[in-house]
Amino acid sequence: MPSSRILIASNTLGSAATTVTFSSIPSTYTDLVLRMSTRIDSAPGTADLIIQINSGGNMSYTRIQGNGATASSFRSTGNSTLPVNYLQQSDSTSNTFDSSEVYFPSYTSSNNKVISSFGVQETNGTTAYMRAIAHLRSNTESITSLEIRNGGYNFVSGSSFFLYGIKNS
Amino acid sequence: MPDTSTEVAIATTTLGSAAANIEFTSIGSGYTDLRLVLVSSDAVGGLITMQLNSDTASNYSRTVLNGTGTAASTANQTNRTSITIGPNNAVSGLWSLYTVDIFSYAGSTNKTVLSTNSVDQNGSGQVGVLVGLWRNTAAITSIKLTDGSNFATGTTATLYGIL
Repeated sequence: MPSSRILIASNTLGSAATTVTFSSIPSTYTDLVLRMSTRIDSAPGTADLIIQINSGGNMSYTRIQGNGATASSFRSTGNSTLPVNYLQQSDSTSNTFDSSEVYFPSYTSSNNKVISSFGVQETNGTTAYMRAIAHLRSNTESITSLEIRNGGYNFVSGSSFFLYGIKNS
Repeated sequence: MPDTSTEVAIATTTLGSAAANIEFTSIGSGYTDLRLVLVSSDAVGGLITMQLNSDTASNYSRTVLNGTGTAASTANQTNRTSITIGPNNAVSGLWSLYTVDIFSYAGSTNKTVLSTNSVDQNGSGQVGVLVGLWRNTAAITSIKLTDGSNFATGTTATLYGIL
């Protein structure tokens, strides 16, 4: 029986890098799934793990998050990228990484694109975040590239990025 | 590239015309878990509900965490006749995404589901995560999704088996 989830590409960093890009994504799947485990080598306070789709733009989102003390919701429109998660930083518990999954259904359709993401941190500290986000890309073009960024910092060695294609038949 | 995953598409439905229900039947027991992915819209933003094995009795409950973009809330519902998955998207040209993971669906314990709904509308909408329970020990052989209005043409639901 053929598998429906195929690894398209992966990148586990052997040295620090500011961005990771999956380009020339084939159009032969129904959906895409991006799974990431990341950490940055700086401690800016807060920094988002973000993704730029194609050349960017036309992004909005509705978010819910909890940090161990409070739950909150937020919305934003008119963005160039989509935020996924708060990044684990250099002052976080050593050797801990945040984890995120982003689901892109019907990524080659001629419709606006709904996207979901779920990101978590846990550091054995007092504050760590969990975020579920509904994203909308008000653009009908196919998704052909994903650039993963962090606000100009470096993803540390060992950060990993896996892009899967999902076939529904 | 060789097949390396353990996820298999069991069935998929894309509506050629609006319909109130989408149903997967005769689900075999050859997997560990099930995953349902629904991309849908409708005309009025009706609630999407799920019933298992055609059980219409009050054997369902859920606990939900919702965000509206301005407020977070949580609630639970007990002794329901279905599990509410979330609201549909009534904004023209926009679609919503729902995922439902059903754990140990063929086992002999009561069944737990984990579901997400993603309904951003570029300035409105919601996001939610919920856990549902079906108090029944039978293996799940059918899943019925119902929209409070009608699922729109083009709505797609796919059922995956996890090996």
